[in-house]
Amino acid sequence: MSPLDLVKRPMPKQEPFERVRNFDEVALGYSVELAREEAGRCLDCKKPGCVGGCPVGIDIPGFIHCITEGDFAGGIRAIKQTNALPAVCGRVCPQEEQCEMQCILRKKGESVAIGRLERFLADWEAAQETTEAPPLPPLNGRSIAIVGSGPAGITVAADLALRGYKITMFEALHEAGGVLTYGIPEFRLPKAIVRREVQYVRSLGVDLRLDFVVGKTRTMDALLESFDAVFVGAGAGLPWFMDIPGENLNGVYSANEYLTRCNLMRGFRFPAFDTPLKRSARVAVFGGGNVAMDSARTALRLGADEVHIVYRRSHDELPARAEEVENAEEEGVMFDFLTLPVRLIGNERGWLTEIECRRMELGEPDASGRRRPIEVAGSEFMMRMDASVCAIGNSPNPLIPMTTPGLEVGKRGNIVADEETGLTSRRRVWAGGDVVTGAATVISAMGAGRRAAQSIHEALSGAK
Amino acid sequence: MFKVVERSMIVPNVHLLTIEASEVAQAARPGNFIILRPDEQGERIPLTIADWDVSAGTVTSLFVQVGASTAKLARLKAGDTIPTFAGPLGNETEIAKFGTVVLVGGCYGIGAIYPIARALKAAGNRVFALIEARSSFALYWEDRLKTVCERVLVISRDGSRGYKGHVTRLAEILATEKIKPDRLIAYGCTYQMMEVSRQTKPLGIKTIVSMNPIMIDGTGMCGVCRLTVAGETKFACVDGPEFDGHEVDWEEFLARRESYNAEEVEPLHRSGSCSHF
Ligand SMILES: Cc1cc2nc3c(=O)[nH]c(=O)nc-3n(C[C@H](O)[C@H](O)[C@H](O)COP(=O)(O)OP(=O)(O)OC[C@H]3O[C@@H](n4cnc5c(N)ncnc54)[C@H](O)[C@@H]3O)c2cc1C
Repeated sequence: MSPLDLVKRPMPKQEPFERVRNFDEVALGYSVELAREEAGRCLDCKKPGCVGGCPVGIDIPGFIHCITEGDFAGGIRAIKQTNALPAVCGRVCPQEEQCEMQCILRKKGESVAIGRLERFLADWEAAQETTEAPPLPPLNGRSIAIVGSGPAGITVAADLALRGYKITMFEALHEAGGVLTYGIPEFRLPKAIVRREVQYVRSLGVDLRLDFVVGKTRTMDALLESFDAVFVGAGAGLPWFMDIPGENLNGVYSANEYLTRCNLMRGFRFPAFDTPLKRSARVAVFGGGNVAMDSARTALRLGADEVHIVYRRSHDELPARAEEVENAEEEGVMFDFLTLPVRLIGNERGWLTEIECRRMELGEPDASGRRRPIEVAGSEFMMRMDASVCAIGNSPNPLIPMTTPGLEVGKRGNIVADEETGLTSRRRVWAGGDVVTGAATVISAMGAGRRAAQSIHEALSGAK
Repeated sequence: MFKVVERSMIVPNVHLLTIEASEVAQAARPGNFIILRPDEQGERIPLTIADWDVSAGTVTSLFVQVGASTAKLARLKAGDTIPTFAGPLGNETEIAKFGTVVLVGGCYGIGAIYPIARALKAAGNRVFALIEARSSFALYWEDRLKTVCERVLVISRDGSRGYKGHVTRLAEILATEKIKPDRLIAYGCTYQMMEVSRQTKPLGIKTIVSMNPIMIDGTGMCGVCRLTVAGETKFACVDGPEFDGHEVDWEEFLARRESYNAEEVEPLHRSGSCSHF
């Protein structure tokens, strides 16, 4: 028996000095050789922990085994049994907290690079002339409306289309994909990939209705008149601000605005595209999650001289994926830990010029298990900045609850839905993804979509 | 894709745009707006709905040509298509029996107040319109407004029609005409709405203005349209676009509207950027 191979094959990447000057994808993907080597590290456990760590239960050892055999078509088929968006998940899933965390190899060294292998297969498939379309059953006469075309909605659409339902997916924006399209930047998730995945779902017969704002163009009640069931996957699109003085100054953005200008509206290609995005010299990003990393790295690529992540806790508490923090550090983003912005100050024309901050220290762990940041009295200091991006969180948009009588919502405006089935307080209305949980992850939204699709199918067909 | 039914310049610089969008037409209410994109590279542009026809499935807006994006719109012709047309967005105008209501309209607002006047009249109000333009040749839809208003008063900057001057004469005009409004609603460029609010405050007339900030998605997702109303941050797209003009922080609002001037991209945003003052 060969000795255990304890080190992940590194991901080839664009060099930091190069990539901060373009919007192309940073991680370049494994070659066939690297993929087969990496796949060879898998011990093919009898009781694979990784599968249990995956919110949609992908047959991970199965697809990895296919890679070792060189059967890439078989590998992608194995993934697609439970995951309609492998090219996306392979890129943005927090594998280090899910499948890879459960990998047996972690007892001695590094886990198998499951995410990178998933991505490898998805990219291999995309490079083929033809993709295998699964056979479609005849329509069963039932119709489903899906609100929102993010990962949750896409999953429900694909699952139910494959079971013969007639699906109409309503999307408020002019492009489908949800956060994958308007939020996550090109350099981390190329939009061509998202479009390909959306195209796949459309190839299953799903009717995509863009520019359709449920609650405005049609109410939920009106949809219920023409559809047998409605799934709400409207995401968590309402940006939070800090609620500190000066937040309406020019140069102060929500991360949603900043990223939408760049991604959905292609602001990074202004003036070829009409929507501008200011080139700011000194940018402060508030927050420590993926959204903050994406905003900071976008600011660098737009030509900022200095970009700071201003975070009230310390490095250990950063909620962003470790890989993205590392990428940001390599690219030259500066981190101001234990720092809380308390006031934004502008010039006479209403533009941001300075940010007053306060130092923090860490106290006892709070409800989230992370050490609670405490303000240090009298520690105020100034940061000179001409733009700030607030990336401290989002909650669900109130538009649908406001226009849907009887739809129960929780404290933060999230739609209340059964965790197992996604059923809401309204008959024939299911919900899942960020609109239920608040801002979470792509894969958890897909998991919720999968469970809701199953529940919808059971309710409408009487099947178990 | 949405079909252009009509695009015509009805007076110098003001264009009428009618788009086939039957779902929007069916749901449209006075005071709503839509968001469109002229082409695949275009910005998302918000425009107030000035009229709609449920049976024809069409929605009409007016826009003032001020910069690059509206220039694109102004090149559209019947039969063309545009990639994006979403709506109706924003809250509708509050319609109730208030008594006497004066609607003030300037530039695109002359058209925008029409469906509001119609609904207010149907609700049993005495409705007056006060419309303002540079000169008599820049007035439009006067006859249409007359069908739903008790009277249509005119102010022209050069005095070629009606009162001479600006909406700065509002208080005086109301006194001369012996109109005592229970409510006033203003649609038009920011300065005009600000001036109207300034004038009606001492008179104690409840004044509603339709705010026209920069917007992107128009559904509450980006927050660029935020403004301060009665000391609180609001999103014009979902909390408005109508607000009490006496509670709006106008100075902040004007600064925010101008934030993209340097890019030479027009801060069109509901076309209200003609400067009257
Ligand atoms: C910048 C950023 C980076 C992220 N990075 C990661 C990451 O690396 N890994 C990860 O796992 N997760 C990441 N996330 C989180 C992840 O993207 C979300 O958890 C996930 O997209 C949620 O999916 P969803 O389908 O619930 O909603 P969304 O993706 O938000 O999609 C909802 C869709 O519904 C539409 N909609 C809303 N209201 C209506 C309406 N009334 N009518 C019609 N349509 C409507 C919206 O326009 C949107 O397109 C990130 C999020 C952001 C913002």
